Amino acid sequence: MRAKTGLAGGAALLLTLTASQVAAQGLETGGKLLLTGGVSTVEGAGGGGLASWATTTGYGTEGEVGGNVHGTYLKLPDYEFSTWGAAVGLFDRVELSYARQTFDTGDTGAKLGLGKGFAFHQDIVGLKVVVAGDAVYDQDRWLPQIAVGAQYKKNDQGPIIAAVGGRDDQGVDYYVAATKVLLDQSLVLNGTVRMTKANQLGLLGFGGPGKDDYSAQFEGSVAWLANKRLAIGVEYRTKPDNLGFAREDDWADIFVAYAFSKNLSVTAAYVDLGDIATFKDQRGFYISLQAGF
Amino acid sequence: MKNALALVAVLLCANAASAQETPSTEARPWAMPGEEAVDPYTTSDANAGAAPISDPRVLEAFHGREGIERIAGTLVDLSFADPRTAPIFKPFDPVRIKRTLSEQFCYILGGGCAYSGRAMAEVHKDMGLTPANMNALVENLQKAMDMEGVPFAMQNRLLARLAPMKRDVVTR
Repeated sequence: MRAKTGLAGGAALLLTLTASQVAAQGLETGGKLLLTGGVSTVEGAGGGGLASWATTTGYGTEGEVGGNVHGTYLKLPDYEFSTWGAAVGLFDRVELSYARQTFDTGDTGAKLGLGKGFAFHQDIVGLKVVVAGDAVYDQDRWLPQIAVGAQYKKNDQGPIIAAVGGRDDQGVDYYVAATKVLLDQSLVLNGTVRMTKANQLGLLGFGGPGKDDYSAQFEGSVAWLANKRLAIGVEYRTKPDNLGFAREDDWADIFVAYAFSKNLSVTAAYVDLGDIATFKDQRGFYISLQAGF
Repeated sequence: MKNALALVAVLLCANAASAQETPSTEARPWAMPGEEAVDPYTTSDANAGAAPISDPRVLEAFHGREGIERIAGTLVDLSFADPRTAPIFKPFDPVRIKRTLSEQFCYILGGGCAYSGRAMAEVHKDMGLTPANMNALVENLQKAMDMEGVPFAMQNRLLARLAPMKRDVVTR
């Protein structure tokens, strides 16, 4: 944990240095309005906490670049889940992201027969392209901002995943996201359809016994903009249920995102992940820090 | 020559106003005393670029015409001082911008003012403004509205009407 925090800190420093270099070379940064880059999802993309949005991460507008690093920690009754990652937004059009997830089974690992402290790790590389609309400025149209994206996921526990019935230890999710700010109501709405085979984001692999097909899942977010710095919202994410040994539930959260500045924001949430690998009612607090430009 | 043109324009405006069945506001000339000279043009509320908000609570939250005038004044002062926007504003007459912006906000907020400025596309066509320039102006407007004590939700009611103007303002 400490090594990773150090790594994230190092990456933050690197990004800050990059930002000043970028500024020195005349490429503009930081032109977006506060919070309009979204926060960092558990899969590394820009969006809410659980849902990938159609916005590009960071504060770069059409002529600019933006980027950030994030770290997220979620304590559940029987597990610990953390991610860190880095992402760049290019010209408010393209987003590239990387995230590394750790799903630590702690004492529960022994009960599952995996051994105490057994952890799944997953690397996620994401690409998102905005194809239409302007979530913030198109206030006279119903058309939302629309983006398409893909996330390549690779898990490091192939043999365990095979043992619990997962078909594969890697997979690609494809999604279409639509985001709209209803400015005269101070609301942000998002809906995303994701084609996926992933079990618990891919932490328990992809596909299951007799199931190797993509299914369409939904991610929805509604956030109220309390002021320039503060958004309060709810999210819901449906999930496939591919594995035979344990039921997989939909996820939900309520969150508060606060931007200290365009360089630092914090998101706190109460998250309900339902049952995970036979352990029931995995609910807990989620904290995420994002630093960038 | 300018005076003659001005007279013609005033007459045109008067005609336009009288042609309307129920003019909501009286037509105004394109310029006022104490401002730098501008080429004459026909004024029209349509140039404001958005329909007025009818909810009286919004106008109240902006403290009526006086509040709107203060916000427009602060916005222009901030934008002349802000290094991000100063080079854009520098060639223009702050007295005139304050008046026309105030009229535009007042018209859109349902304050019953006539807008005598030019259309957004016309004003900004040669400025080469970027999305970042537009956002910088929005940030200054938010600051000006904060200073007037306008609640955030009410600020957003105005911003929602101004937002689509990005398509006329931003040209690169």
